[in-house]
Amino acid sequence: MRTLSTALILSSAVLLAACSSTKLNDDKAPVEDRSGADARSVGTVDASSDPLNDPQGVLAKRSVYFDYDSYVVQPEYQQVISNHARYLKANPNRKVIIQGNTDERGGAEYNLALGQKRAEAVRRSLTLLGVSDTQLEAVSLGKEKPKALGNDDAAWAENRRADIVY
Amino acid sequence: MTNTTSFRALLRTFAILALFITSIAHAQLRVEIAGVGANQIPVAIAAFGNENIAPHSVSEIIKADLLRSGYFKIIDTGTVLTENSQVDLADWKTRGADALVVGSVERLADGRYDVKYRLFDTMKAAQLSSLALAATPNFIRVSAHKVADDVFEKLTGIPGAFATRIAYVTKAGKEYRLEIADSDGQGNQIALRSNEPIISPSWSPDGTKVAYVSFENRKPVIYVQDLVTRQRSVAANYKGSNSAPAWSPNGKQLAVALSRDGLTQIYIVNTDGSGLRRLSRSSGIDTEPQFSSDGQSIYFTSDRSGAPQIYRMSVNGGDARRVTFGGSYNISPRISPDGKSLAFISRREGKFQLYIQDLTNGQEQRLSDTVKDESPSFAPNGRYVMYATKSGQNGTLAVASVDGRIKQSLSTQAGDIREPSWGPFMK
Repeated sequence: MRTLSTALILSSAVLLAACSSTKLNDDKAPVEDRSGADARSVGTVDASSDPLNDPQGVLAKRSVYFDYDSYVVQPEYQQVISNHARYLKANPNRKVIIQGNTDERGGAEYNLALGQKRAEAVRRSLTLLGVSDTQLEAVSLGKEKPKALGNDDAAWAENRRADIVY
Repeated sequence: MTNTTSFRALLRTFAILALFITSIAHAQLRVEIAGVGANQIPVAIAAFGNENIAPHSVSEIIKADLLRSGYFKIIDTGTVLTENSQVDLADWKTRGADALVVGSVERLADGRYDVKYRLFDTMKAAQLSSLALAATPNFIRVSAHKVADDVFEKLTGIPGAFATRIAYVTKAGKEYRLEIADSDGQGNQIALRSNEPIISPSWSPDGTKVAYVSFENRKPVIYVQDLVTRQRSVAANYKGSNSAPAWSPNGKQLAVALSRDGLTQIYIVNTDGSGLRRLSRSSGIDTEPQFSSDGQSIYFTSDRSGAPQIYRMSVNGGDARRVTFGGSYNISPRISPDGKSLAFISRREGKFQLYIQDLTNGQEQRLSDTVKDESPSFAPNGRYVMYATKSGQNGTLAVASVDGRIKQSLSTQAGDIREPSWGPFMK
């Protein structure tokens, strides 16, 4: 009889000891070891996983081209805009500057304003897809920074362009 | 006498060599005149006494200025004549000169050069004018230009603009530069160097500051730079593009084109950037504002009608009245100093050309024969318009007289020149 009660008491004690064992371990564990191990741990950030940096990804396309005398985003470039809209909405700390350009024909200041219309068209398309205005600035380079240096239709078409610049 | 002549010849050779070497080091502008006015005044110009002691030949500069103006036929006297020389005016008259210019250069004790000159009228057999100008060596060219201005004014009745300066943008390799030069393109100095474009330089009315648009911040921003102190401040950097600065006649405000509200529109701002006020409210592009000389109106480019034309509105905003009606593309308005003429660029049949319009009767006249003209700018005496054009692929500057009779081209030996702006009269 007494053995059973002793056993009970003993087992309860063991159980209680077991329940409290973690706590006991915490109190008794030396603090320096544990903090030393944490300060040396290294977590991995994968920048290559940021879709913005993938040269094969959809965000690599950042230019919208325009017809002569036109400031309307053609349907074929809507996809470029939606891709960047999706990324910007998912990354609200990212900002872009949209730079509008014209071909070389015409005066510098008037072309600056025409380039602005192109940048503004892209900006408006992005806001219509829900991107916050605080992430966007539309500016113009007019005809001052042509990408293609020729004087033919091909060069002109390459320069009638708005670029999304991160 | 022979020794002096050959010594002078030697000096001349060295001077020419030095000029040649200087021309390679800096991009000097050369002037060719094509087409001259019918009634040119024949003027005899003597070599000035002692002028070889100065860094530049004063009489050569005077001759070049008067020749370039297109108003004069230059007769070389073939000899030195000073303000103290005995001159036989009747003799010069028979030699075909209506006027005679003589003078000398003297080095003063404090190191400055004193340029003295006299202008004679051979018909009246009398002196018309004389000047004595003392200046430090680096301003000897300005003294020569001031003499040319005096000759010009006394013989034509029109103030000369030779002692004025021009600003322009040049590109050499990857570098853009805002440069300041004499009105003949000589003596260029660099005001700004940048790896990004610079456009639309605009002189303050007192000629000490230039406003311009710089793309160094990846977007167009308007700066005001003090040419003397090199201090510069941002006049406008709002969200979007900031461009087309134009000074008010009192030098306190700038009219500018800003896209901060979506479309490019015209605003007025104090030169320190304070006090922004929107002026135009159209559903098109409004840009390239220019103050009228009385400061009460703004001329500007607007495509509110569907294509760019030039309009005029009050400096307080409100309704705008259309000014240009020829052709379907008129931009870059510039008002003459007397307020009576408008210079602008018109695209007709694919050619971009300089035109001038009489604001009193609307009559227009094409001033250039080139086809890629941009950026016109009036001389402060209102007689000439300087503009940018292209010679092949190279940007060059050209000047046309407002009556269309005289055309000059200023071509560089290296680099590409654009965006000229003619500075004001200065002391």
